[in-house]
Amino acid sequence: MTKQEALFEFLLRKADDSLILGHRLSEWCGHGPILEEDIALTNISLDLIGQATELYKYAAEVEGKGRTEDDLAFLRIEREYKNVLLVEQVNGDFGKTIVRQFFFDHFEHLLYEGLMNSKDERISAIATKTIKEIKYHIRHSSEWVIRLGDGTEESHNRVQASVTDLSRYMNELFYQDEVDETLIKEGIIPDVKDFRVEYENNIEKILEEATLSLPEEKWQLSGGRKGVHSEHLGYLLTELQYMQRTYPGMEW
Amino acid sequence: MEKENLEALDRNFQDKIDREIRIEPKDYMPDAYRKTLIRQISQHAHSEIVGQLPEANWVTRAPNLRRKAVLLAKIQDEAGHGLYLYSAVETLGADREDTIDDLNEGRAKYSSIFNYPTLSWADMGMVGWLVDGAAIMNQVPLCRCSYGPYARAMVRVCKEESFHQRQGFEIVTQLANGTPEQKEMAQESLNRWWWPALMMFGPNDADSTHTAQSMAWKIKRNTNDELRQMFVDATVPQADLIGLKIPDKDLKFNEETGHYDFGEIDWDEFWQVVKGYGHCNNERVTARKKAKEDGAWVREAANVYAEKRAQRNKKVS
Repeated sequence: MTKQEALFEFLLRKADDSLILGHRLSEWCGHGPILEEDIALTNISLDLIGQATELYKYAAEVEGKGRTEDDLAFLRIEREYKNVLLVEQVNGDFGKTIVRQFFFDHFEHLLYEGLMNSKDERISAIATKTIKEIKYHIRHSSEWVIRLGDGTEESHNRVQASVTDLSRYMNELFYQDEVDETLIKEGIIPDVKDFRVEYENNIEKILEEATLSLPEEKWQLSGGRKGVHSEHLGYLLTELQYMQRTYPGMEW
Repeated sequence: MEKENLEALDRNFQDKIDREIRIEPKDYMPDAYRKTLIRQISQHAHSEIVGQLPEANWVTRAPNLRRKAVLLAKIQDEAGHGLYLYSAVETLGADREDTIDDLNEGRAKYSSIFNYPTLSWADMGMVGWLVDGAAIMNQVPLCRCSYGPYARAMVRVCKEESFHQRQGFEIVTQLANGTPEQKEMAQESLNRWWWPALMMFGPNDADSTHTAQSMAWKIKRNTNDELRQMFVDATVPQADLIGLKIPDKDLKFNEETGHYDFGEIDWDEFWQVVKGYGHCNNERVTARKKAKEDGAWVREAANVYAEKRAQRNKKVS
C-alpha cells in the first residue's frame, strides 16, 4: 500500500465518521427535549458536516481522480462507506444519542490532539481547527452523561441501557490495519494504541461520577472500517443520497 | 389602585409611546398592552420553533454538503430566535414552558405558513426567499417597536433573517438557471408558495381586529395591507430577474400608483389553515407535543441532578 492510498483511505474513514454522525444528529432538528438542546445538537451536527467537508476535499485531492467532496459524500455504494458502526446507530432516545456522542467525542479528542502534530500540514491544520469544536462537544456529552446517569431512577436506567448497548462498538474506534501502520510510520497519524488506556480511564471516570458502568461482558462488534455495516446505514444513505441519485449530475 | 391614578398612569404611558420612549420590563404598562405583547411575542417564538420542522424535513435530504451545512445553520438560527423571543416573553411575566404548553394544547397560534408541506428541494429555496422575505417585511418595523426587549431581539433576528432570505433566493436562482427539470421544480414550488406567502401579512386592514390598537401602541408600525404591498413590490422584480412566473393573472405594474396591483387572496383557504385545517397543522403540533413528552424524563433528570448537586455543595460548605 502506497502512502497516497493509505492517506486517501484514512481521510475517507474519518470523513465518513463525521458525515454519518452529523447526519444522525440532524435528524434531531426540531425534536429535542428542550430548546437549548435543539440548538446544541444542530450546532454539533453542523460542526461535523463542516469537518467532513474539509476531510473529503482533501481526500478528493489526494485521490486525484477528479472526484469532488460531494461525489465522495453522496455517490458511493454502502460497501464503500468506511465509518465505524457506532456513528450509524440510530438515535434512540436523547440519552442514547448522548452516549453515542460521548464514546465518540472522547476518542476524537485524543485522536485529533495527536493529529495536530501530524507531519502532513493539511491534516494538522484541519486538526487544529477541529479540536476547538471537539472540546465543546466533549463537555456537552460528558455533562449530559453525568446529569442523566445521576438524575432520576428512570434516566439512570435508560442511560445505563444505552451504555451497555453502545459499548459493543467502542473497540472498533481503535481498529488498525495497514492503512494506519503506513501512516504511523510516516508520522502522519498517531498510534491509537498509545492512548487506549487514557481513553478507557477518561470514559470510566465520567461513568463513575454518573453512577454508571460498562458491562462485564466485553463482546465487541466491528466491520465498518471494511465497509460491512449494520442494517441501519442503508436507510440513512437512501435519504442522504436521494437528490444526487434522483437528479444525477446537477448543480445545486 | 385609585381610578384617577390609573388613568394618570395610562396617560403617562401613552405619552411616552407618543414621544417614542421605549417601554422597559419594570415600567408601568396597561394590562391590555402586556397581554397583546405576550400574545404576539409568544406567537412569534412559536413560529420560529415550529418553523424548524418544515426545513428539518429536508435537512437529511439536502443535495450537497454546502447546502446541508447552510440549512443546519439556518435551523439553528431559528431555534436561537425562539430562545431570545421566549426570553422577551419572560420579561413580561409569562413562563416559557407555560407558553409552550399553550402552543402544544392549541391555545396559542403560530404563523400559518408552516402548516404548508415542504415537498421538494425547491421549497427550501421558497421558504428562504418568500417566507423569510415576508417575515422580514413584518419584522424590520418591529425593531422600532415600543417594547424595548422585543425591539432589541428583533434587531438581531432581522440580521439573520436577511441572510436566510438571500440564501433562499440563491437556491432558487441556482434552480432557475439549472436544467429544465430544476427550473420546473422551482416554478412548481413558487406556484404553491406564492399565495400562502401573501397570506402571512394577515387579513385585509378592514378585517384586522388587532391592527388599530397595536398601531396606537406602536407595537406595529404599518398595516397588513401596506406590508403586503411592500413585499409584492420587492419580490416581483426578483422573480422577473430569474425568469420565474408569479402565479397571479391579475398581477400588473400600475404606472399611476407606482405599485403592483395583484389578485384577490383566497380568504377561505386562509381561514381554513388558521382554524387548524391545513395540510400540516396536525403534524406540526403533534411533533412539538411529542418532543416535549419524549423529553420529559430528560428535563426531570436535569432538575433532579441540579438539586442533588446543590445539596452536595451545601454539605461541603
